[in-house]
Amino acid sequence: MKMRRIPAVAAVFACGAAGLAGLLAAADTITVKGSDTMVILGQRWAEEYMKAKKDVTIQVTGGGSGTGIAALINGTTTLANSSRPIKAEEKEAAKKNGSDVVEFKTAMDALAVVVSASNPVDHLTMQQVGKIYTGYISNWKQVGGPDKRILRYTRESNSGTYVFFKEHVLNNRDYAADAQTMPGTSAVAEAVAKDPAGIGFGGVAYFAGNPKIKILKIAKDDKSAPISPLLAGGKVNFDAVWSETYPIARYLYVYSAGQPKGAAKEYLDWILGPEGQKIVEKIEYVPMPGEARAERAAAN
Amino acid sequence: MDSRIESKIGKAGTVPVVPGAVRRLRRGRWREVFIETFLRLNGFIAIAAILLIFIFLFKEGIQAFRTIPAGHFLQSQELDFDNVPQTVRLWQPVGQNPKYSLIPLLLGSFLVALPGTLIATIFGVACGIYLAEIAGKRTREVIKPAIELLAGVPSVVIGFFCLATLATFVQDALGTTFRLNAMVGALGVSLVIVPVIATMTDDALRAVPGYLREGAHALGANRWETITRVVVPAGASGLVAAILLGMGRALGETMIVLMATGNAAQVTLNPFDSVRTMTATIAAELGAVPQGGEQYRALFLVGSLLFVMTFLINLVAELAVARMRRRLAL
Repeated sequence: MKMRRIPAVAAVFACGAAGLAGLLAAADTITVKGSDTMVILGQRWAEEYMKAKKDVTIQVTGGGSGTGIAALINGTTTLANSSRPIKAEEKEAAKKNGSDVVEFKTAMDALAVVVSASNPVDHLTMQQVGKIYTGYISNWKQVGGPDKRILRYTRESNSGTYVFFKEHVLNNRDYAADAQTMPGTSAVAEAVAKDPAGIGFGGVAYFAGNPKIKILKIAKDDKSAPISPLLAGGKVNFDAVWSETYPIARYLYVYSAGQPKGAAKEYLDWILGPEGQKIVEKIEYVPMPGEARAERAAAN
Repeated sequence: MDSRIESKIGKAGTVPVVPGAVRRLRRGRWREVFIETFLRLNGFIAIAAILLIFIFLFKEGIQAFRTIPAGHFLQSQELDFDNVPQTVRLWQPVGQNPKYSLIPLLLGSFLVALPGTLIATIFGVACGIYLAEIAGKRTREVIKPAIELLAGVPSVVIGFFCLATLATFVQDALGTTFRLNAMVGALGVSLVIVPVIATMTDDALRAVPGYLREGAHALGANRWETITRVVVPAGASGLVAAILLGMGRALGETMIVLMATGNAAQVTLNPFDSVRTMTATIAAELGAVPQGGEQYRALFLVGSLLFVMTFLINLVAELAVARMRRRLAL
């Protein structure tokens, strides 16, 4: 008797499971993985988009640009957020797995170089920043500060910020060996806030408004005037980023394996449209120049 | 087929020979065979697992040599700011000209594991001696589970404690340049391995036969002399094994060192410098690299090296235990 009841119970469970699976499949699920810099942005986009479209589920996770692109290559995510352009090898690897990666520039970001608020240094040239991070300048007095050893904070090598900084500020030289790698930009912010001799870098949004941190003005070279990535009121200086007078700025990308289709395509169109770009602005990143300018012109 | 069982039952006569009972007994026998085979299989699974992990690690790791020249695992050349070539020992696998020197990682691992083991040895061995030789039965019953409880604290919790509290304390007390450094990691790791060393020391000393202690007392030795000159020397191999197993664990510890050492892969012998261990490197980087790429293989090579090191340490520890068993004729 007992034995005979089991198949019946199993059948009930199987029906239930099948029904549940059917329910889950009915909603479109988009997974987005990648850049830690873009996690907040990606989550805000997802929240707003899901409010407007009830039948779409978007899951956003971080881990670093490299992690996201690796997941895209291995087919475990729909879209990858990246704060650096995809590398040729990565494109190649994706092609081997059967898909051409398509790139979308979705926003811009100014990278701030930061020190402790107690540090008297308030501006550096690009070359000085490069020399500090490669280990050729190791004492604050060499750049007009106190006689103190410079403690460098950087990011893990899977971070797009790490790669961008290495390419554009260090000119592809290696980071000094004693640069401490932190798991995220907020960890860099925390370390620099605590460390009077520290220096760090990362997306402006992570440092703006922190009273223990000073955002340095950066000069392109010896002749240019040092420019802050922030306006006097503490807002990001869009014009300086668009005109490249602030020298450390980059695009934030979303990558898709093959041309996006269906829900993913609609989502990307929305991100690049006025609603998506407004969110970029709201959380202190820099919207894409063309879009934003056209919109401003329309408003005037 | 089972005439043996049937006849036995028949002879004893206590169990009536009913067909159903025989069937049940037969089933019992098959069950026993099944259980025995299952248990034996499990014993071999441990060996098979080690072997498979070994093969898997090396198969991937060895391929690193296909694209990276062997010398680059020690050092490589790089232009400095004035474009003069310099010899560098860096682990920087991401960039135009990737660097794969294992030297900073090896030094980092040992700068954490050696001080960590040293600290844990002092406290762990002392604690083990106390438990085995001095503590009364009641105290023992309280302290031993407490120590084992310490072994059960998740390492991420210890790592967080090191990162948030211990690091600040160490910097304030010693004025270290780096807030997160090898010593903070070593202190954290020692918390994990004190229980390993303490319980193994306790076991080793309790395995020393009582007649040795009685003999020492008979010769007029007091308790301290008995411990230091008779019991500890007799259990020395066991103590060595305890310490080595602790060190193996320290080398393999990942979460604490990832959180507490600052992760700067520099060539240094100063335990108060920020370092990057082999384990932390694998943990931080493996998730982010495309499978089968150059960095992926290099990380497997690091893993293989770590595996060989801990394997050798554990092997020596096992030999030490075997030696003690032989000497004490247990």
